Amino acid sequence: MGAIDLGPVWLSLKLASVTVLALLAIATPLAWWLAYTEKRWRVAVEAIAALPLVLPPTVLGFYLLVLLGPAGPIGRHWVALTDSALTFSFSGLVIASIVYSFPFAVQPLQGAFERIGRKPLEAAATLGASPLAAFFRVASPMALRGYVSAIVLVFAHTLGEFGVVLMVGGSIPGETRVVSIAIYEHVETLEYGQAHALSAGLLGFSFVVLLAVYVINRRARLGVGYAVG
Amino acid sequence: MAELSLDIALERGSFALEVRERLELAGITALFGPSGSGKTTLLRIVSGLETRAAGTVTFDGEDWQRPGRRVPTHRRRIGYVFQDGRLFPHLDVERNLRFGARAADGRAAIRFESVVDALDLEPLLGRRPTSLSGGEQQRVAIGRALLANPRLLLMDEPMSSLDVRRKAEILPYIERLPDAFGLPVLYVTHSIDEVARLASEVLLLSGGRVVGRGAVADVLERIDLWPVTGHADAGTLVAGTVEDAADGMASIRLERQRLRVPLRAMSGKPRSVR
Repeated sequence: MGAIDLGPVWLSLKLASVTVLALLAIATPLAWWLAYTEKRWRVAVEAIAALPLVLPPTVLGFYLLVLLGPAGPIGRHWVALTDSALTFSFSGLVIASIVYSFPFAVQPLQGAFERIGRKPLEAAATLGASPLAAFFRVASPMALRGYVSAIVLVFAHTLGEFGVVLMVGGSIPGETRVVSIAIYEHVETLEYGQAHALSAGLLGFSFVVLLAVYVINRRARLGVGYAVG
Repeated sequence: MAELSLDIALERGSFALEVRERLELAGITALFGPSGSGKTTLLRIVSGLETRAAGTVTFDGEDWQRPGRRVPTHRRRIGYVFQDGRLFPHLDVERNLRFGARAADGRAAIRFESVVDALDLEPLLGRRPTSLSGGEQQRVAIGRALLANPRLLLMDEPMSSLDVRRKAEILPYIERLPDAFGLPVLYVTHSIDEVARLASEVLLLSGGRVVGRGAVADVLERIDLWPVTGHADAGTLVAGTVEDAADGMASIRLERQRLRVPLRAMSGKPRSVR
């Protein structure tokens, strides 16, 4: 039994952080649109955005593999641009994680924006705030709890990702070999000691993060500051 | 004197609003009518928050809305006091007040200190909106609207959610607004007492149409408008000077007579009574 390789741990944390940042940027405008639009086909968009919740990771992974592969409609252009393939690369994993965790970002944000409603935004407009200023000065601070939920859920969900990673990324050390994959391989090769160490670490970390979120949420609810959201 | 001209139509299901009026705004102009008569909708059209109306809105020579073009709410120089206050819960009172703080357009800016003084907001500055009473919240909302340096103040039943005592508390503040800040006010209400007490002109709405307009005293006297102003409530408005007032009774001197009425008032002040 050798020393525990921390490489997969750092890779998982890096993947989760990048996914969180990317999803905040992508999910915010979509959640905003879903919360405020009166278009009837918004329900179709909502259903599509929720698909990753119900699809088996293998189905997602399969289609991503087809799309991102060197001959696929997206992968082809990536190869032309960067001279390297998206599949079995860190960049490919990021794209897969964004798709996989999409609903975990959109839903808490949409819920937060819906609870805020139009009224505070109307008030901001009458005070001279442009829609963008109203978003940054009113909607996003009022949606703080929605943002905390989205960040934590996406981060934790990405750490726990397995099937999609296996199909799109494989297990290349330093590139796509994240914690969940490393644990699987340790078990396969009967290195239970290492599997234990990584599993216990992931378990403890996840618990601490969730505990922190519940504490923050509870404080926010008890305090007077964020009565909405 | 600022001119507001409206030529607008809005249809929403069974409700239709059609208003074509040219208003000279000075002091407080009341938009009065029963529930569902379109007062609030009209105010929202003037503010630009209601975007489905067709037609034109012009204020002081500036086109706020004409076919094919609409100035968005945040570029109209208005202040808006909502029925429900709508203070921002994540900001304390002072930061709510300073939220608008638009630069004044050439005219003297309304100063923070003068608004805080006029509305007695000093003790509230550090508080959170959720810890304020309904009346306090509305005072802050009025202050916040003023500090955005509007050219027209729109008020949508700002006292409807308050009980009688809180109303009495906040009325004097609203009464002083036009003089203190040199600003025309468009005031939506379904309370005839508020019209009588606050407004100089009134626009009477019923079923989405203007059915009467003019000086408050004249409109309230018109028998043909009783169905709208409220028959049982009809009365006349007299203006006089308060001679002396004590224990909730006041003597008001009209031209040759003296009227004793149950009223809290200050001696020597002009006052209208219904």
